[in-house]
Amino acid sequence: MEITLNHFLFLSITLFCLGIFGIVTRKNAIMVLMGIELILNSANINFIAFAKFGNFGYQGQIMALFVIILAAAEAAIALAIVLNIYKNFSTVNVDEIDTLKD
Amino acid sequence: MPIYSIIFYLFAAITILSAFFVVTTRNIIHSAYYLLFTFFGVAGIYVLLGADFIAIVQLVVYIGGILILLLFGVMLTNKITHVQIKTGTIKIVPAALAIALFAGILVTALLNTKWKTINSELPLSTTHSLGLLLLQQYAVAFELLGILLLIALIGAASMARK
Repeated sequence: MEITLNHFLFLSITLFCLGIFGIVTRKNAIMVLMGIELILNSANINFIAFAKFGNFGYQGQIMALFVIILAAAEAAIALAIVLNIYKNFSTVNVDEIDTLKD
Repeated sequence: MPIYSIIFYLFAAITILSAFFVVTTRNIIHSAYYLLFTFFGVAGIYVLLGADFIAIVQLVVYIGGILILLLFGVMLTNKITHVQIKTGTIKIVPAALAIALFAGILVTALLNTKWKTINSELPLSTTHSLGLLLLQQYAVAFELLGILLLIALIGAASMARK
């Protein structure tokens, strides 16, 4: 059976939904970050699949490269924020950090 | 069944199974290690799509950088001595239902769309062409990303040190 564009898109849909599931169900802030990484990876699969099957040359691969760079910057900043949250609240569970709530 | 299909299904299975374990395992350290296999599987998918340079960047940046950073985050924010490494979950059933609905919509949209595909044969090595594109057509974006990474580095260091 020939592997078509749909196979790759189906794979990235699965990764995307698992990432969203991780973000909305896990309490730990670092697990939320892992969900975001899964979503970024699924977007990258889409970019590269369309670069191959859509005859866009290398544009899609360049975009995937940019996404990876932004993911690295995002992970560094987000972990610094999580460390500060831990210092202030002694927890990283996102459901317990509700100081702004009435 | 051609060898290309077998390798695709192998890497897809690695990716999806380990991503499933990432979001369901209760131990955060185990989740981080399953994430390693997910990134590895995605790198294999990139190779199958003819993006060899991106696959290597994925291995170096994700597995070598981001995953180590996440593990550091886990170890710095959990009381290792008090065995508090487990994490809870909230509202699994409504979340699973909503996401199943969402996935159903996405798959329906995917199956009902006629993609205009051209199976283009990419050359064996993409590094040369990607380098030319980065330094010619995308030179401004490339420089801006360098500045962004520098700012992110300084910002992260100064935020985490306070």
